[in-house]
Amino acid sequence: MNTTAIRVENLSKMYRIVAKEQQPQTRAGTLKRAALSPIAYLSRTLSQPSEEEVFWALRDISFEVERGEVVGIIGPNGAGKSTLLKILSRITEPTNGRAVIKGRVGSLLEVGTGFHPELTGRENIFLNGTIMGMKRNEIQRKFDEIVDFSGVEKFIDTPVKRYSSGMYVRLAFAVAAHLEPDILIIDEVLAVGDVQFQKKCLGKMQDVSKTKERTVLFVSHNMDMIRALCRNCILLNRGIVLSHGETEKVMADYFQSFNKQKNLTFFEEKENPDLKLQILRGKIINKNDEPQERFDVFDKIILEFEYCVYREIPGTVVNFELKKNNTTIFLSFDTDTDIDMCYSRTPGLYRSRVELPCPLLKSGKYTITTNIGIANSCTHQRLEDILTFEVELYSKPSSLLSYADKRPGLLAVPLHWETKMVKDFS
Amino acid sequence: MDAEQTNNHETIIESTRGLPYLGIADVWEYRDLLFFLLWREIKGRYRQMALGPLWMIITPLGQMIVYSVLLGVVAHLPSEGIPYALFTYIGLLPWQFFANTTRQTADSLVNQKAIISKIYFPRLIIPLVSVLSGLVDFLASLVVLAIMMLFFRITPALTFIALPFFLLLATMLGLGIGLWLAGLNVKFRDTAIGLGFALEALRFLSPVVYSSSLIPERWQTLYHLNPLATVIEGFRWALLGVGAGPDWTAAWAVAIALLVLVSGAFYFRYTERTIVDIM
Repeated sequence: MNTTAIRVENLSKMYRIVAKEQQPQTRAGTLKRAALSPIAYLSRTLSQPSEEEVFWALRDISFEVERGEVVGIIGPNGAGKSTLLKILSRITEPTNGRAVIKGRVGSLLEVGTGFHPELTGRENIFLNGTIMGMKRNEIQRKFDEIVDFSGVEKFIDTPVKRYSSGMYVRLAFAVAAHLEPDILIIDEVLAVGDVQFQKKCLGKMQDVSKTKERTVLFVSHNMDMIRALCRNCILLNRGIVLSHGETEKVMADYFQSFNKQKNLTFFEEKENPDLKLQILRGKIINKNDEPQERFDVFDKIILEFEYCVYREIPGTVVNFELKKNNTTIFLSFDTDTDIDMCYSRTPGLYRSRVELPCPLLKSGKYTITTNIGIANSCTHQRLEDILTFEVELYSKPSSLLSYADKRPGLLAVPLHWETKMVKDFS
Repeated sequence: MDAEQTNNHETIIESTRGLPYLGIADVWEYRDLLFFLLWREIKGRYRQMALGPLWMIITPLGQMIVYSVLLGVVAHLPSEGIPYALFTYIGLLPWQFFANTTRQTADSLVNQKAIISKIYFPRLIIPLVSVLSGLVDFLASLVVLAIMMLFFRITPALTFIALPFFLLLATMLGLGIGLWLAGLNVKFRDTAIGLGFALEALRFLSPVVYSSSLIPERWQTLYHLNPLATVIEGFRWALLGVGAGPDWTAAWAVAIALLVLVSGAFYFRYTERTIVDIM
């Protein structure tokens, strides 16, 4: 019997984007453009896309996944991971090529799809379950188990709009965890929920994939989770498969190609008011407010974030992690400075500036990961390694200093040595 | 679920070329979802309202009163010997059902964007839910009709058994037009606004608040090319025995309804394939 669960053959997906427009120089030009815009819109929408309007999210990719395999899909933002999952879960059709899938597919691109805030937990379990393709009697059979797993039994007949965000996510995930398809497609959803609940979900997923030969495709930016779960990985970049094989090997490829990339001193996210709180922009600047990617050990390094509060929710925190070689060196919460922010944030746009302690970081490449979420409960937004910068030592002779590369230690802290002669031998 | 059975089921995902199949069997497979989405639609709509589902009855009742006072009492429109309130209410029943069905079906894809872009299920479910929730409203407004007929002491003619036929006709027309517009509405949000105007015009081109006998003889044939006229007069004929009953206009209306529904369903399936990309 053939044991291939997923076979992808020359799959391509084209998206149409709006080409960059010439900005009119004169007022008359602006007026003319406004008047003609309906015609321009129509002709743009109905005509064949021109070359600069075309964006290939996936280009001619092929791979196979065996039954019972748990495969991680990794790659930088915009690599085509989500597009691939959308095609495999039949949300949209490919432009060219095809995929053959054996068995029932369950996809989890978002937990709690279709949850209605006015309906009770009980009603939402049935609604969400059927949306994901379960039958009513199947949900009925597993109902107690689902409620038990979620730990919200006391509130099961309360409308979910009264739930805390943690409870909401737990209930949603409990339904998803009891979905029993032959092939499960998961996109980053495990990033929500607290750590303990995440572990519980992972455990449940692993149990099922072992006993029932379930095939899992798993997109995540969390490398630890990928390592823990997946034996094999696929590395995507700019719509093509860069590497496919054992997890450690693919990850090595990933970090190698990632390190060749230019440092990122600025990022901007697309606004998404569904997130109640969202980091929109971030940059790394020097003491003159100019973006900079290379710093001397003794230079001031300043981080600046802009985030939007769309809806007031208590308990929100903004933080960032500083990582070197994929190891977190430290993490910092904005509520460290102002504990009141934890209780309420009025909707609006905020800007935070953080000056990194200096001198502290030794030479090397560093990355910044930002998080927004509810303290001790869940993460709303996580931007992994979104900013990178380099630290070097060139302003002072290195041999005499503890800051030198060749000296041991991850960090170098200026400590004050108080030295006195206590006995004179001369 | 019988995993053994589905285990070897093969799904081929590729770009559809040519005419898509309608996938009615898929819709049947997902009938539980249809039920729960309908439940969500109806229950969600009336939550946190003091009057709740009573609005299903109050809305048509209120409209009937407005029209009766304005057109029956003030303008003295003729109503074929039937109390004007009852006459216009029976016109409003199929009209409201048709208009709501069309509007909601046309908006359905845009409104359910959040679900559609995250999970696969036969998209036809979404407009079907709109139609069914419209049917629920319709059934509720029948209660008002029963009360009114009791009040005016009018027994329905035996022909009322033909009512489901005209209801089906209105459903097919509303769903068919809605299916055409649902996909278009995603591409051009102008569609919904345009539809509002079109429905407003069609309301007065159909014998909702007046009798079609007001139309001059030489325009009658042209007037009855509008299948809605047939539906509304059919309602009056079935319930009150007013008018001549179905003739060639019924056959014409059935043909139009079938054409609109079948072509709408195919067009919907055609747009559904990549609709998520432009949402």
